[in-house]
Amino acid sequence: MAAAGWAGVRAATSVDGMTTAPPTHLAAALRRPGYLITAWPWRALAYLVTTTPVAGVLAVGLLVIVAPLTASFRSLQWGGPPPSTPLVVFLVVAGSAVVGLAPVVGVAVAALERWRLGLVDDRPVPAPVWRGVAARWSTAAGWREAGYTVWLATVVPAAYWLVLLLVALDVMLVVSPIAAGTADDVIVAWATVDTPRQATPYAVVGVLLVPVLWYGLGLLAAAQAAVARRLLGRTGDETALREVSRSRTRLASAYENERRRIERDVHDGAQPRLTSLSLQLGLARLDVPEDSPAARPLAVAHEQARGLMVLLRQIVQGIRPQSLAELGLAGAVGELAGESTVPVTVHADLDGPLPELTETTAYFVVSEALSNVARHADASRAQVRLTRERSTLVVEISDDGHGGADPGRGTGLAGLADRVAAANGRLLLASPAGGPTLVRVELPCRP
Amino acid sequence: MSSVTRVVLAEDEVLLREGLVGLLTRFGFEVCAAVGSAPELVDAVGAHRPDLVVTDIRMPPGRHDDGLRAAVALRAEWPELAVVVLSQYVQTAYASALLDSGDGRRVGYLLKDRVAEVAEFVDHLRTVVGGGTVIDPDVVRRLLHRPGDPLAALSPREREVLTLIAEGRSNASIAGRLHVTEAAVGKHVGNILTKLGLLPSDDTNRRVLAVLTYLRATP
Repeated sequence: MAAAGWAGVRAATSVDGMTTAPPTHLAAALRRPGYLITAWPWRALAYLVTTTPVAGVLAVGLLVIVAPLTASFRSLQWGGPPPSTPLVVFLVVAGSAVVGLAPVVGVAVAALERWRLGLVDDRPVPAPVWRGVAARWSTAAGWREAGYTVWLATVVPAAYWLVLLLVALDVMLVVSPIAAGTADDVIVAWATVDTPRQATPYAVVGVLLVPVLWYGLGLLAAAQAAVARRLLGRTGDETALREVSRSRTRLASAYENERRRIERDVHDGAQPRLTSLSLQLGLARLDVPEDSPAARPLAVAHEQARGLMVLLRQIVQGIRPQSLAELGLAGAVGELAGESTVPVTVHADLDGPLPELTETTAYFVVSEALSNVARHADASRAQVRLTRERSTLVVEISDDGHGGADPGRGTGLAGLADRVAAANGRLLLASPAGGPTLVRVELPCRP
Repeated sequence: MSSVTRVVLAEDEVLLREGLVGLLTRFGFEVCAAVGSAPELVDAVGAHRPDLVVTDIRMPPGRHDDGLRAAVALRAEWPELAVVVLSQYVQTAYASALLDSGDGRRVGYLLKDRVAEVAEFVDHLRTVVGGGTVIDPDVVRRLLHRPGDPLAALSPREREVLTLIAEGRSNASIAGRLHVTEAAVGKHVGNILTKLGLLPSDDTNRRVLAVLTYLRATP
């Protein structure tokens, strides 16, 4: 079953396939042909150059503490004298200050870096909401920014030195003929040249390497920007997202309760009164002679009242299925199965009450899935299983049809997935071409 | 059975309950008690020993299928008791539960809308009291809706006749309804029973039961 390839059904369709729009950030621009002749390499350079002062200041600040620490550690390792008390105090205080203040320093660094990210990335970078100083130490966002600051003070300078070395080497290659013309025994990379003629091949290699370096700078900037976006671009904690999802479910639940209330009001109040009215009109007709002038309008009124009863029943049925209200989920699904044009077997293993929203969602899932089976699947039989697995209601609808159900083709599956998601559940679909099709829906049993 | 049919009525909405009392009284039924909940219904039947119970399905205290459960329980206790159950919306499951209670005779299951057709409704009540079975055409229509079984072999006219059989009608009544001769109806009924593989029978009620049993047994 698993081999059939589960696919989570999503309502939204991806737009990643579009390639004609201009790139919105450096990493995307790097993948396009003609990158070197666009403005992007220059933007990358601007980003790298402006990084230097920021990373430089941070690196020096860190060095002030790390250097004496390393020195005293070395000294101890070689059996030297123990570090002086003032140095130990300094190291402890400064070390704690770095760890303790990193989340606070991170705020300023993060703000600056977010702004600077605009040099190579046109997409907005959502900043976390400021929740006070204390939150700097208690939220993941605060520590991510601190981590970014440390990264900027350590890894970035090291990488920049390496790149700077490569650039210097290339410059040396390019200028070697000029240098060889004015001085003797010029050292170019790994060889010694004497005349400009000897130096020419090195210069050619150097010139050919320029576009490679030009690309390399872009890659470096893109990598740095990607790290910055990842660490600085999150709006906050996952709890916020969970809260949104929970609030959506609460809203859906509130709607469900409201529908139930309306259905009950109509069923208990309006419908019996209308039936009573139709009954009275029916009785009145018995007493009015056929040839009386009142007979015709009375017959019309009676007819209209009866039509209204049918209409009202259909309206109530649309608000909340009556079978669900009266029979519960298993019984209502049985009624659905009985009305299906394809023979359907139902296995229900449920005990105890289900949350309102879960019950209704499950009912609509079965209703929609069975009507899909009847309309599209060309199936000879179908099966519905309702089981409770701990705190989850599992609904499975399978058929022996030709498969190939596609949520994107308006079979109602996308709408169904939305409905299931609003109930805090998920919908899984396995429908390989040639069949069979299995729709599995998992819904929470506890509100 | 006494000449006057004694009825216990259960319906939770007051106006409709009074309307039904008026209707029953007018057509010569004696309403011993008119109550508004399932437990009261059981008590009233115990106290009055009526010939007929007319009850709503969705009633207090549970407001689910309390009326139906009470009706089935009453039938188990007094198999001779005629019961007509009304509901706002028909479920085939309810029809099954009722037909399974006792011998399947003296039961009726109707959409509440049917009370507006006053005379016809009273006919249905009398059929049930007389030992017949009446099932709402809506239920039969839903059962007939399913394809892929021998019902598909029935002609539209035969389906129409089958629906009327389920309402507990005699050949004469069906003939009147369809404006054909009684002999023609007899031929249709013979064809239906043959096509469904049922033994022909002259007894209207046995016909109803045979057909319904067949319909329910087919998946």
